[in-house]
Amino acid sequence: MSSTTEPGLQATAAGVNTGGVQTSTGRVPGGPRRTPDGRLSLLDIERPGDPSVFGEPVRAAALELVARYPVGQSRSALLPMLHLVQSEQGYVSADGIAFCADVLGLTKAQVSAVATFYTMYKRQPTGEYLVSVCTNTLCGMLGGDEIYRTLSELLGVGMNETAGDPGTPGSITLEHAECLAACDYAPVVTVNYEFFDNQTEESATELVHQLRAGNRPLPTRGAPLCSFKEISRQIAGFGDARPEARTATGTGVPTEVGVRLAHERHEQAPSYDHPEDGHQADRPGGQPGSSTGHAERAAAANTGAASPTSAHDAPLQTADSDNAGPGPEQRKETD
Amino acid sequence: MPLTPVLTKRFGTNAPWLLDNYENLDGYAGLRKALTMQPDEIIALVKESNLRGRGGAGFPTGMKWQFIPQAKPGEAAKPHYVVVNADEGEPGTCRDLPLMMNDPHSMIEGIIIACYAVRAEHAFVYIRGEAVHAIRRVSQAVDEAYAKGYLGENVLGSGLSFRITVHGGAGAYICGEETALLDSLEGKRGQPRLKPPFPATNGLYDAPTVVNNVGTLASVPYIVLGGAAWHKKMGPDGSPGTSIYSLSGRVANPGQYEAPMGTTLRELLELAGGMSRGKDLKFWTPGGSSTPLFTAAHLDVPLDFDSVAQAKSMNGTSALMIFDTDDSVVRAVLKWTQFYEHESCGKCTPCREGNYWTAQILERIWHGEGTPADLDTLLDVSDNILGRSFCALGDGATSCITSSIEYFRDEYLALMSADRPALSGVSA
Repeated sequence: MSSTTEPGLQATAAGVNTGGVQTSTGRVPGGPRRTPDGRLSLLDIERPGDPSVFGEPVRAAALELVARYPVGQSRSALLPMLHLVQSEQGYVSADGIAFCADVLGLTKAQVSAVATFYTMYKRQPTGEYLVSVCTNTLCGMLGGDEIYRTLSELLGVGMNETAGDPGTPGSITLEHAECLAACDYAPVVTVNYEFFDNQTEESATELVHQLRAGNRPLPTRGAPLCSFKEISRQIAGFGDARPEARTATGTGVPTEVGVRLAHERHEQAPSYDHPEDGHQADRPGGQPGSSTGHAERAAAANTGAASPTSAHDAPLQTADSDNAGPGPEQRKETD
Repeated sequence: MPLTPVLTKRFGTNAPWLLDNYENLDGYAGLRKALTMQPDEIIALVKESNLRGRGGAGFPTGMKWQFIPQAKPGEAAKPHYVVVNADEGEPGTCRDLPLMMNDPHSMIEGIIIACYAVRAEHAFVYIRGEAVHAIRRVSQAVDEAYAKGYLGENVLGSGLSFRITVHGGAGAYICGEETALLDSLEGKRGQPRLKPPFPATNGLYDAPTVVNNVGTLASVPYIVLGGAAWHKKMGPDGSPGTSIYSLSGRVANPGQYEAPMGTTLRELLELAGGMSRGKDLKFWTPGGSSTPLFTAAHLDVPLDFDSVAQAKSMNGTSALMIFDTDDSVVRAVLKWTQFYEHESCGKCTPCREGNYWTAQILERIWHGEGTPADLDTLLDVSDNILGRSFCALGDGATSCITSSIEYFRDEYLALMSADRPALSGVSA
């Protein structure tokens, strides 16, 4: 993964109390601070932190983030950079904060203030999977509250706690989330932010069993699952190289329900160039102008076997664009 | 009212998020046309179309663009920026993410046109961090646009350069507020700024900045192609165009329905197959959790900015969360209030402290330990939050409390009586 040591329970296993004292031998690099009785410290930002635990590749990636913003505005790269250090260690550690401060020329207090403001930056090592149950009003009342309670009992953990050794295969951190902007698929659960739609207590239980067993069920929409560290790197702004992520539809029945209904009812927006046409609903059974519509012709070409060619070698005239929508014959069949 | 897919018209076609497919469905035709016009002509066109911001506030987009100092920037002038608010997180709102997933290029095309109009070279798309699927898709679309010459140097031979940076957030509802978003984009805690000055003059990096919602920008290419008159053929004069109505909750077929502004819930419910479990409609939000609740009495309110305001609520993001007679309005309000308590950024005392207390009072009521005086306290605290914070989060937090007490006071009182109804799903 990286040059850093896997954070997690090794410290406990080795009987090492890192105790917030940074020495060259006294703690596992990147490991969490523990209280004298062995519990994780709530805030792992109290010890000084050591930026050098991140290797050159991470520093190069951080500088790549800085380059995306205007000259002199490097601080804009801070949020992505915090995702980056999280992708290395599975949480934002004191080392991660020190690293960001070092790269950006900020104080650690400035970075800590930001890191503790946003809920996605985890302050303790996170599982291979972050399971988020939406318990905001709509999902919660459609079953999300019961799903969260069931998973919490099943895993024996509460909010932001981890079942299994963080970072090890099948380890799961549980959280209840605020609105995930998928209310039309309620109730939703995400695993490393990928959607599992229309969940029930039973389906969510099965999902968690699969994850614990080392399997990766396919999300309802979006790309196949990867680890929490891998997804954190994507959120930092480093693209997903997997071809299957590019082709994943990310769509479902609620997303398309309106446009499909419009097609069934022969309704569409007014066309661009015939003000008198009005709505197609006014012309029962009609397909006004669809045989001459640029969009229709292009869409027909698009669905053909031949590779689509751009119809825009020259600036397009508005008048060439008859209808505002593709006709029914171009709509792909997915049901 | 017929369905009128414009922004959603490519949904369900063959991988519309890929550039080749987008181009074959009129993609980037709006940009090509825009580049034949003068920037000021585009601003005038958008103004004439009366496009109003789809992020919730409904501010006229053309006017926002016009506020950007439009003199040709001299050497000493600050650069202009376009920032896209894609931090979708208002409870109930779920239309920008599907739009970015299915048709990211329409937004990108709108961004480039906006950049051209306001003389900006660099745009930022601030996407909420949890929406990794949208970050992935928009990033790929931006890469494609660079490869095809829609972004980068000398775009389509215009001699102009345009850049887009995709920026992931990190989990904070408040960053949907435009000035908090700008602070967050600058690498700070996402807390709102005092206005004025407005972003149009002092925005990102203290430079003139347009902040627009995803759907607003995605609407622009169609307006460039169709013209202002075409846009105004749909919806009422005061808020023309289409709206993507997002129906969720107790409806048979939840989802995205794009229809002219001014469509009513009665019409939308018919499209969505009615209620989902045979119960009657009880309460609903016209535009997300920050908009005052509506009831069955509001089925025929035209859902556009002006009509909803007249009916004492807000059109917001056209996010219709629908609840039936088996749903407890007190439970819903408690959960929304807990959300605002969690998401208050803490900058303004009325919002930070007020939501802390209203959440506790509602919890007390929900658990049968409230008294009628608690309702007065709730209204009093709400009155002290409303209008007394920098941004609209505090105002929005009071909406569900005051409107629910107005319409459902008896339900609150019933929870306080000795023979109060049994609680269901009490983990609120």
